[in-house]
Amino acid sequence: MNTELPPPDRNPASARVRQIVEAGLVRRYRRERRFRAYGLLSVVSGVLFLGFLLTTIVLNGYSAFRQTKLQLDLDLDPVVLGLGDGADSGALASADYQAVVKAGLGRLFPQVVDRKERRELNALASASAGYTLRDMVVAHPDLVGRRITAWLPADDKVDMLFKGRVGRGSDAGGQLNQAQFAWVDELIADGRVALRFNTAFFTNGDSREPEMAGIWGATKGSFFMLMVTLVLSFPLGVAAAIYLEEFAPRNRWVDFIEVNINNLAAVPSIVFGLLGLAVFINFFGMPRSAPLVGGLVLSLMTLPVIIIASRAALRAVPPSVREAALGIGSSPMQMVFHHVLPLAMPGMLTGAIIGMARALGESAPLLMVGMVAFIVDVPSTPLDPATVLPVQIYLWADSPERAFAERTSAAILVLLGFLLVMNMAAVWLRSRFERHW
Amino acid sequence: MRLSTLLLILCGLVVASFVLARRRAVATAGGYKGIRSLHSLPAYYGYFAAMWAAGPALLLLLLWSAASDPIIMGQVVEALPEPYRSIQGPELDLVLNDVRVLAAGRGSGTEQQQALQATAAHYQSLQAASRSLLATLAILLALAGGSYACRRINPRLQARNHVERVIRAVLVGASTIAVFTTLGILLSVVFEAARFFSRVPFHEFLFGLEWSPQTAIRADQVGSSGAFGAVPLFTGTLLISGVAMLVAVPIGLMIAIYLCEYAAPRVRALVKPVLEILAGIPTVVYGYFAAITMAPLLRELGQALGLQVASESALGVGLVMGVMIIPFVSSLSDDVINAVPQSLRDGSLALGATASETIKRVVLPAALPGIVGGVLLAISRAIGETMIVVMAAGLSARMTANPLEAVTTVTVQIVTLLVGDQEFDSSKTLAAFALGLVLFLVTLLLNIVALVVVRRYREQYE
Repeated sequence: MNTELPPPDRNPASARVRQIVEAGLVRRYRRERRFRAYGLLSVVSGVLFLGFLLTTIVLNGYSAFRQTKLQLDLDLDPVVLGLGDGADSGALASADYQAVVKAGLGRLFPQVVDRKERRELNALASASAGYTLRDMVVAHPDLVGRRITAWLPADDKVDMLFKGRVGRGSDAGGQLNQAQFAWVDELIADGRVALRFNTAFFTNGDSREPEMAGIWGATKGSFFMLMVTLVLSFPLGVAAAIYLEEFAPRNRWVDFIEVNINNLAAVPSIVFGLLGLAVFINFFGMPRSAPLVGGLVLSLMTLPVIIIASRAALRAVPPSVREAALGIGSSPMQMVFHHVLPLAMPGMLTGAIIGMARALGESAPLLMVGMVAFIVDVPSTPLDPATVLPVQIYLWADSPERAFAERTSAAILVLLGFLLVMNMAAVWLRSRFERHW
Repeated sequence: MRLSTLLLILCGLVVASFVLARRRAVATAGGYKGIRSLHSLPAYYGYFAAMWAAGPALLLLLLWSAASDPIIMGQVVEALPEPYRSIQGPELDLVLNDVRVLAAGRGSGTEQQQALQATAAHYQSLQAASRSLLATLAILLALAGGSYACRRINPRLQARNHVERVIRAVLVGASTIAVFTTLGILLSVVFEAARFFSRVPFHEFLFGLEWSPQTAIRADQVGSSGAFGAVPLFTGTLLISGVAMLVAVPIGLMIAIYLCEYAAPRVRALVKPVLEILAGIPTVVYGYFAAITMAPLLRELGQALGLQVASESALGVGLVMGVMIIPFVSSLSDDVINAVPQSLRDGSLALGATASETIKRVVLPAALPGIVGGVLLAISRAIGETMIVVMAAGLSARMTANPLEAVTTVTVQIVTLLVGDQEFDSSKTLAAFALGLVLFLVTLLLNIVALVVVRRYREQYE
């Protein structure tokens, strides 16, 4: 190989060096390419994994936004409903609507008379279809005594079958039986089964029935909790950052505070949960499962994040601003609050939003303070028992019903949507107000 | 009077004192023309008075709400009807709880509650009296504070200095919260752990090889003696974290190297946010993915290869956890690699080294302390990670080094011991706090070492 090269310089020693170097070049270049390929491979695998994760969740979850409904002809007969004569709104709300639903199903299949079979037939409609009907009638009381055609939610097993999530294999334990398959097929052939937008998913609290389970309760719980966290951790975090960055002397105590803050940012979140359980619930006797307590715990967790971001924002304000303010006679406090703080605010807000996004996705410490209970009611104050979106996901992920798997993924999609919006707000804020000095 | 009404009235008083004090300051200076004879700007006199109006009243409010309930309850206990006079301890708490429920108007009409009607009414009247007393006192205090401050106003009063001193005190207070949080964590965990160690010897917990925390409900029950040897939990945690590190460190480091040294700026600008998405996904999502997608995938793969893979295998959990930590490792390494001075690279390249040789022999050794610090932080995250393992790892403690088997971790046990109803002083729940103590101390050690290493490294090149 080196015979083809032009003759090297006369010095035999340097010629030998050159010979050795060139002999290794091919190998070295190959190594270079291989190393570079490893790097590219790592990047690609990271991106691919993200794609795989998101695709799986979207594919599992998108169908939960629509719910299978059955079209039934219903006789709102006051006798079947169990309504007496002077029926007021209270009686209207507590009437037996499920009986009407059952009658409606029975009318479609008059050949089914056996009690056991009737029960199997009734199982095709959701056990809570009556509630949907009740809401309809309470809103329009004049419907009583009329025959109406309504789309009512089907049972989750029918839902799964119609969406093609489960097959009709005989191994499907706890699934529909042959007779039920036949009825469902007949209903489909009649055009009485259809997918409709799943409003219940967005407006209901949790439920044991997948078709009635929704994320509104968890969303409101998350909202209350985030509000508590924001109200507590943002002012405190900014105040701490101002002190440490602008006023604190350099001494042991301040060093100790800084070590504490940096360490707290890396303490496992579940340890904060233990703190919340021991201090807030057992020592101060605060209510379990309340967003207030969850918010307190998460404020302590978010505080270091906000302090660190706020200090960075304060540090980015150039000293000339401070000097100018002091030069025209403002006190150090006036300098900070009138000049430095407004300039650092966008950076602090960005940090706060990122901290809030982290708090929104957090679940481990909330399990410790009891936000993991099964709660049907939608909370209306931060003191009501509630759960939050990530914990709702955790709860549903544990449920055996096939339909909950779909709803878990859908809830994840909603949660990721919220996180995306928050992070985009942070990015927008940064690009809109970022100043280069 | 409701608390919200009281707060509203107090707010009004505070605003009023601000306005009055400000006006008075201007008046003492002889109108806006003489304003230069004032020590501070007029608004500072307003803030001064507002602080005097708000501070004492809020302090009273805080102390009152902390102290009033125990005092009222003491009175209620003395006024309990005859059969309840003699009871003590937890049973008394139950009775008092019934009283509270009745007073709140949510009674369910049980026999006990009927007997307690009168007590509940007494409790209600005491509460009402306490509330109106508080309201009167708080309003009086706010009025007194405001008027005192107003009376002190004269042109030589250093209002700004007073106000700034208070603000400074608030700032100092805010900065100490981090210390109090650490202290709170330590105290809460240490106290409960100490109670645990008074029942289960320290060495048995740290070195015992068997973990089965189910304690017997009855003394004659079989097979539920309750063993608290935490070694299987530690090995399980290490196994899962080890797998996670095997995934996260090489991939994360290579991503950082590629993005810093090879990638075009446009690729870098595109890939970095994508990886940040990976870091922003909540852990519960990873946990769901590990349990629903990864575990079956690995089991089928294992079957195809003729291997027995448990459906809660440490491998699957570790893989997913590793992916979660990749962006963490890569962004920390990215920072330190970027901090290596360009002159070192230029020198190496000028001597004829290839880019990869420069990276391996110059950049990485120079960045090594920072990378080690980052890896330590990543290990601390892997050990403390909870949701992924709770959702996808096993529950039974097993000592094994085989990643295809199911193991359990410290965090899984903390969650299973503490979630759900428990009495608060059983060994089972206390054990969770002992585990929490171990977890806190280990991660504290890792974090401090990592922070020291990183800081020392940074100073080297600054």
